Amino acid sequence: MDLRFLIQLAIIGFTFFMLINASALLVLAERKIMGFMQQRYGPYLVGPHGLLQPLADILKLLMKEELRPKGADKWLFTLAPILSVTAAFAAFATVPWGAETTFFGLLDEPVSLGVADINVGVLVIFALTSMGVYGIVLAGWSSNSKYSLMGGLRASAQMISYELSYATALAAVILLAGSLSLREVVDSQAGTWLGFIPQWYVFLQPVGFIIYMIAGVAETNRAPFDFPEAEQELVAGYNTEYSSVRFALFPQAEYINMTTMSAVATDLYLGGWHGPLLPPEYGWIWFLLKVGAILFAYIWVRWTLPRYRYDQLMQFGWKWLFPAAVINLVVTAALVLYFNA
Amino acid sequence: MPETLIFWGLSGVAILTSALVIGQRNPMYSVLMLIASFGALAGLYIQLDAPFVAVAQIIIYAGAIMVLFLFVVMLLNAPQEDAAEWDRTHPLRQPGIMRFGALLALLLVIQLTWALLRVNGVDVPVGAQGDPEALGSVRTLGRILFTDYVFAFEATSILILVAMVGAVVLARREGDR
Repeated sequence: MDLRFLIQLAIIGFTFFMLINASALLVLAERKIMGFMQQRYGPYLVGPHGLLQPLADILKLLMKEELRPKGADKWLFTLAPILSVTAAFAAFATVPWGAETTFFGLLDEPVSLGVADINVGVLVIFALTSMGVYGIVLAGWSSNSKYSLMGGLRASAQMISYELSYATALAAVILLAGSLSLREVVDSQAGTWLGFIPQWYVFLQPVGFIIYMIAGVAETNRAPFDFPEAEQELVAGYNTEYSSVRFALFPQAEYINMTTMSAVATDLYLGGWHGPLLPPEYGWIWFLLKVGAILFAYIWVRWTLPRYRYDQLMQFGWKWLFPAAVINLVVTAALVLYFNA
Repeated sequence: MPETLIFWGLSGVAILTSALVIGQRNPMYSVLMLIASFGALAGLYIQLDAPFVAVAQIIIYAGAIMVLFLFVVMLLNAPQEDAAEWDRTHPLRQPGIMRFGALLALLLVIQLTWALLRVNGVDVPVGAQGDPEALGSVRTLGRILFTDYVFAFEATSILILVAMVGAVVLARREGDR
């Protein structure tokens, strides 16, 4: 039981705690920003300026009765929300969120801020987020309800389609950085061009960044691509039959997935914890600011754009987004080969 | 010692879930058991110092192919498999076909026994020839795949392409252009 091991444990616990907080904060942020955009206050009564509203929401959900429809598959109905939220938490495990630090000389060797740092980190995140679809699909199937089944079917088709563009956009960044480890990708973005433009991959990969963000919205089932739970057609889609804590786990998984998606975008395209003004030990502040900005954009898009039509979504995914991602990848590969040779 | 325990645990899960894939009546559970089996296999790959293969296994099989399986099972929404074993008129229940099947099964058993006996004769396992760290790396894997094994790699991709074209042709309705 040395100090280093304890600090590693503390970092893991802190990451977990922050993810839970992120999901609670995002619920509040979503309602506050929506209120602002619709010229009203949003939640205002619980705590100062409605800050304690998430706590009230959670308490309300905990007190609700847990219902299970007749004819639902008992095991899978229980398993589905657990699977959803587990995949969401696990996916964050290989996301680094700060530079290596010795905690102001407390440790002899620097320790990295993040749960695990492995050499195929990007792929692990991708593998675990692709596991998240099972939670939604199984929830849809096991509920024994037509609306839920339609939601589950849509989720599986949509996520398979957009995963392709997502991974292809990601591969272009990996080609530039020459590494599958997220920490190395971030560290290859240190420094500036001409003294003032930060060397972030978003400037080398503008198309890839846009594709990544669009596919990210579809992957996390957010509006305007929230077809698995399209209210006007499917009541609430895959989670129609859920109540109480089991229901609460689905939005929680969605918000954590949003956080992971934004954190990965920050690491891959926006230089992670590198930024001007702050010393490297405080890089995590830059990281938080960037993640916050992307999350704000997520919510902004949701309350600005109306929902697509399902066939339009599939057309767009396969006929525009995926070809664009492939062309982006091929051009990047050719340029990397040309400049490295 | 912990490695051995993890190995036995993972192989136990892999074998048990694979057996349950066939043993389940509900196709939904069969698909889930197959996913669990792929997960256990991925764990075994990690033990073999091949994290890239493990992650590829999860992404491709568990993450993509099995989602499509699940999609089809849900679309058909069959609560139970058809009780084919009670259907005496089923085309696969003809005596000739069944004898052929038994012959194939026997061949498979002979092949497996032969392969397992031969394993002990190989002095150095293929994976132990190089530095395990370098062997597991994506760079080495990619280089080997596109130089030494390029023919097998390209042949596989053409095979998959042929299967895909075949599926499109079969799925096209009469009169569609």
